[in-house]
Amino acid sequence: MSAPMTSANSWTIAAARDALRKGEISAVDLTMSCLTAIDAGDALNAFVHKTPEIALEQARAADARLASGEAPAMCGIPLGIKDLFCTKGVPSQAASNILKGFKPEYESTVTSKLFDAGAVMLGKLNMDEFAMGSSNETSAYGNAVSPWRRKGSNVQLTPGGSSGGSAAAVAADLCLAATGTDTGGSIRQPAAFTGIVGIKPTYGRVSRWGIVAFASSLDQAGPMTKSVRDAAIMLQAMAGHDPKDSTSADLPVPDFEAALTGDIRGKVIGIPKEYRMDGMPAEIEALWARGVEMLKDAGAEVRDISLPHTKYALPAYYVIAPAEASSNLARYDGVRYGHRAKLSQGDGITEMYEKTRAEGFGPEVQRRIMVGTYVLSAGFYDAYYNRARKVRALIKRDFETVFAEGVDAILTPATPSAAFGLGEMADVDPVKMYLNDVFTVTVNLAGLPGISVPVGLDHQGLPLGLQLIGRPWEEAPLLNYAHVLESRAGFVAKAEKWW
Amino acid sequence: MAIDIDTARKVAKLARIRVEEADLPKLAGQLSGILGFMEELNEVDVTGVEPMTSVTPMRLKRRKDEVTDGNIQAQVLKNAPDAREGFFAVPKVVE
Repeated sequence: MSAPMTSANSWTIAAARDALRKGEISAVDLTMSCLTAIDAGDALNAFVHKTPEIALEQARAADARLASGEAPAMCGIPLGIKDLFCTKGVPSQAASNILKGFKPEYESTVTSKLFDAGAVMLGKLNMDEFAMGSSNETSAYGNAVSPWRRKGSNVQLTPGGSSGGSAAAVAADLCLAATGTDTGGSIRQPAAFTGIVGIKPTYGRVSRWGIVAFASSLDQAGPMTKSVRDAAIMLQAMAGHDPKDSTSADLPVPDFEAALTGDIRGKVIGIPKEYRMDGMPAEIEALWARGVEMLKDAGAEVRDISLPHTKYALPAYYVIAPAEASSNLARYDGVRYGHRAKLSQGDGITEMYEKTRAEGFGPEVQRRIMVGTYVLSAGFYDAYYNRARKVRALIKRDFETVFAEGVDAILTPATPSAAFGLGEMADVDPVKMYLNDVFTVTVNLAGLPGISVPVGLDHQGLPLGLQLIGRPWEEAPLLNYAHVLESRAGFVAKAEKWW
Repeated sequence: MAIDIDTARKVAKLARIRVEEADLPKLAGQLSGILGFMEELNEVDVTGVEPMTSVTPMRLKRRKDEVTDGNIQAQVLKNAPDAREGFFAVPKVVE
């Protein structure tokens, strides 16, 4: 097979890997095509810190490695990196003003592993501030913009969040793939909104070391890619035990790409009745039914299941995540890094903390810190926080029960709607925005792997995705189910270029 | 449970985030809305349920209690908004 005839920045990782190994393109040329696309894509506000010098240096090193014939799969592959990952000497500010100017003296484990495998960093990607948001509208860099538009409309749409810059960049072919992180749906929801693939691995599969912490018991990093095969290839390079993260699992990492056999005959796919929400758009319902037919057609057995505590997942999440955030974000005090407020005559250290944090954190982050502070405060700790942690155990038990009954994976919609317009949710209750995570958040609470796969377009021409949820540590079969869904759906639509 | 203005002020203080008096009513309203949403959790019977601690039963890895890092003072201070003579500098804490 010769290299695809399209511009190299639009290739998949798999196609680029093969072309690089055959010498049909150099890593430098591949990187250049992405850098050109990035410069032409400023209207998307996806790349917020560009690193062309680093990219070209890494690309030259990749070419040398490729020439030696000892190149891993990710060697020479140009990536975007979410701003939440600490990258040595490169601004890493979690899209927050409180980390303005922060340049880490160290490299996160995930980016170290990717760079050790020869991957190329094009720059840092926009996101919601501290990954708190579902639309990339809480970013200190301003909104990331989706490359997708409704048919016949110029309204700017959200790429989703919090990994909105990652989603926009991959969907618009500014890079071959990107890193994302997912605490309540922040990989899967933006992937669904922009017609790409995103997987949140099992909690503990990927090291969290060097990733700015939001809610430590829920955060997981994962790849955001143009195909399921690419997700398998990139996850392979990101995963594995790390002594620097005590919650990272000391388990062997299987060959994810080799698992993509396309054979799912006899596998049992569960359809949870509780995910059929009141007021769910008919298009989402129809998409879900199509997904069921595709998996049946491939020989899977589809079974109705019940996950009775589903409706309590969002409230439990919005206790646990802010509680952990209030604790994690206590470190931003204007002393060790980032922003410090200008102080008035007579201001002491408390005023320094209070002014620094008021200036540095945006409104949504402040709100979540305060909710977390409240639910952890004396007298409310048991009523809110401990109760939420117990409900979390019940949500996990729901999944364990169906898995024990022979269910191999679960199929659900990825999001309750297609992407909405930027600013459209500005005046609604914060809780309404939280509903975006309704189908994804259970997976974080239970620590399970979940993948979003693009399956179709809605009546406005916008992408819609389905989510597959797997058993713990079974990303390999999960990717195979997703691969089957992807092949049968045959989703090839791309956003029409307007930027 | 509704959050009144005094509670909102107290929470902001505990969180070390300065909130202007004029902004407290709006904050109290938003916090009430979010906490109201959490009240749904009271419908669940959690009798005898232990809080979840891990995805699959596993023991956290331990390592030897020994120094693995150090002598990087300049790196530690590199990003500080105010560092002097090898220390982080802050406003006077003790009178």
